[in-house]
Amino acid sequence: MTPLLTVKDLRITFPTRQGETEVVRGVSFTLGRERLGIVGESGSGKSQTGRAILGLTPPPGRATAEVLNFDGTDLRHASPATWRKLRGARMSMVMQDPKFSLNPVMTIGKQLMEALKFGASESRAQARVRALAMLEAVQIRDPERVFRAYPHELSGGMGQRAMIAMMLVTEPDLLIADEPTSALDVTVQIEVLRILDRLVTDRGMGLIFISHDLRLVSSFCDRVLVMYAGQVVEELAARDLAKAQHPYTRGLMNCLPKIAGGQRPLPTLERDAAWAR
Amino acid sequence: MTEVSRRDWLLSDRPASRRQAKLGQAYRTWLSFRTNWLAMVGLAIVVALIVVAVFADVIAPYDPVIGGDLRTERFLPPLTDGHLLGTDDLSRDIFSRIVHGSRLTLMVVVLVAVIATPIGLLVGTSAGYFGGWVDTVLMRLTDIFLAFPRLILALAFVAALGPGIENAIIAIAITSWPPYARLARAETLTIRDSDFINAARLQGASSARILWGHVTPLCLSSVIIRVTLDMAGIILTAAGLGFLGLGAQPPQPEWGAMIASGRRFIIDQWWVATMPGIAIFIVSLGFNLLGDGLRDVLDPKARK
Amino acid sequence: MGAVMLSVAGLEVTFRRSGDTVRAVRGVSFDVGRGESFGIVGESGSGKSTVLRAICGLAPTSAGTIGLKGATLSAPRQADFYRAVQMVFQDPYASLHPRHTIDSVLSEPLAIHGFDSPEQRIEQALTEVGLGPEFRFRYPHQLSGGQRQRVAVARALILEPEVLLLDEPTSALDASIQAEVLNLLDRLRSERGLTYIMVSHDLAVVAHMCDRLMVMQNGLAVEELTRSALSAHQATTDYTRKLLSASEGYTKADAP
Repeated sequence: MTPLLTVKDLRITFPTRQGETEVVRGVSFTLGRERLGIVGESGSGKSQTGRAILGLTPPPGRATAEVLNFDGTDLRHASPATWRKLRGARMSMVMQDPKFSLNPVMTIGKQLMEALKFGASESRAQARVRALAMLEAVQIRDPERVFRAYPHELSGGMGQRAMIAMMLVTEPDLLIADEPTSALDVTVQIEVLRILDRLVTDRGMGLIFISHDLRLVSSFCDRVLVMYAGQVVEELAARDLAKAQHPYTRGLMNCLPKIAGGQRPLPTLERDAAWAR
Repeated sequence: MTEVSRRDWLLSDRPASRRQAKLGQAYRTWLSFRTNWLAMVGLAIVVALIVVAVFADVIAPYDPVIGGDLRTERFLPPLTDGHLLGTDDLSRDIFSRIVHGSRLTLMVVVLVAVIATPIGLLVGTSAGYFGGWVDTVLMRLTDIFLAFPRLILALAFVAALGPGIENAIIAIAITSWPPYARLARAETLTIRDSDFINAARLQGASSARILWGHVTPLCLSSVIIRVTLDMAGIILTAAGLGFLGLGAQPPQPEWGAMIASGRRFIIDQWWVATMPGIAIFIVSLGFNLLGDGLRDVLDPKARK
Repeated sequence: MGAVMLSVAGLEVTFRRSGDTVRAVRGVSFDVGRGESFGIVGESGSGKSTVLRAICGLAPTSAGTIGLKGATLSAPRQADFYRAVQMVFQDPYASLHPRHTIDSVLSEPLAIHGFDSPEQRIEQALTEVGLGPEFRFRYPHQLSGGQRQRVAVARALILEPEVLLLDEPTSALDASIQAEVLNLLDRLRSERGLTYIMVSHDLAVVAHMCDRLMVMQNGLAVEELTRSALSAHQATTDYTRKLLSASEGYTKADAP
């Protein structure tokens, strides 16, 4: 099976007063139609990696890679026209906070239809049916009401689901979810993950799940990349997480408090400068 | 201390004293301000205005009030016999008058800023912080002042108190604080319920302490930006009052009044009215550029 | 449980916003003993943070009483209340004034309450929360999130309070930093015999930190249970069980 996405030696640099700073330093991975988790602390470069795949590295940052291939398309030198064709239709991104990603003066329905217009060509009525079906698919109980609602009329969990619906209505092949659930309550979080899970299993979507929550990632994803200081320090199957070799991964696992009672004081993460090399 | 180590001292991530922290912060602001060359031009103009005003006696070659020979030295065009910008109808050197006029301009600017900014800040932050009826009363008062056209109110004020540059300044000051009050109130509303204000409340800080120590420093930068940008308008209003004969009185070398007296000769002796006009233009432009530059470094919301 | 430090009885908080009445807290009662660590767990909108804010007078109470060491608190709070009760806020990026150095953050409460030898107290407070004196004259933007939260803890403790209210003190931090801050809070409590009331959405954090906890939903107290009952999964209500299973992570098995 050819991978959906191939990333080789991805580097992202930002200019600062002291010169160039490399925030992502040679990240390589391949993604099939599976759930890949990227875990790391803030500043580890995990979010920038996700953005770079969609060509959304914020200026003045620059992203370079040896290979950045999405289903046969070289993304490194993609023209704006190519990006327009890819983004939304074939690859999309769910951000952490729905408040900043939804247009506040447009109804959810209108935004969904807007997203569809750039996808397959079909009639307005067909598009509406598909939009409503999508809202239902993300477990919104009253899709007609949400269709007519403005973002501010929805709760956080609803807004996030509407956002996911919008990103998924075009049935992309690749979804990058950057902390999609950390602004949500735990019970809602599980529901949102269930939706994503079903899309991967039923539609064969590729999912990159970016999070700082190792426990959540390990229970949800198939494979996990652990990032530290802009590099992947360990890659392993999620079920093997307990057998992690790298001290950083082990540290991330151990520092989480447990309901069943754990160590006191909690083990803290000792950082070793050698890991960053 | 060498240049390099002083720079390092200022930019240190771990300052060792209150002074070093404050200076370092100021130096960082200066560094980012310096990259904007238009703002530097504005700063240069404003600094030049201050220098010229301070050293007017040294810079001006002639007396600004007493003219030369009325038979031979009237309406000399620019660049004749040491009269760089020519002379006016009373044989007075225009360059010297503009140089001395800078003092009046600077006085207007400084006094208006000193009177209007604190009033605006106090009214705005109190209204925003206390809310309720305090807010209603203060803001309706602000609305009343805001509803008067500035020049007309200034005219009425000057008419009541009598013409003169001091009354003009008071008139301009009381008409220019309302926008600062509105701005300060809006800023206060955004930070009133923030956790750092709550934290100060929980430490038992009094309202006065919170307003002065916590709210005002955050409103100050946007108000300073606004005041700087308004300076051009204030100079123009002062000049307008002078032009209408209600500001500075002859023979004071106020720029607006100079234009007013020169307008009678605008066709044949264009320089008499034009030269002070150019001075007003340059100084206004300087304040605008400076204000824009300050906004870029002080107001994080405007940052790209 | 020793002597009661703080007692909340029949607390109700009602907000009025443009005609709408929101009953954020609807009759909540609990007692916290001296030296105890009490947790309040709930999801957003459950009113858990509002309870804390009502205790320290930042939210208006429409009914019920709050007592500190047996004495009912009056509104507005007196100066000695702030000496006894302090709070650490959720977001360390929002709870420190952006234009104040750490030095002025820490010296202000000392000045307000007229403490002696402020220099020594500031140095000591910084050392206690694991920040060296070299942090003293920095601005918040020169610190990381974990360091900021340590400053917030130092600010709360510099008045030597007996009760510390913790409003999701680690939810804005990375898991690795969370462990450090939780350890710090744990150590300070045992060293100083502090009483904690901690609010969190994270059952695991509360289970780690608190002896006893209360689960809130829609402004109501749903259930009160001890740490050992929680770790043995002895929850009596469906809601608590749902929270418990959700915080264990995602389970593919129970997908429909």
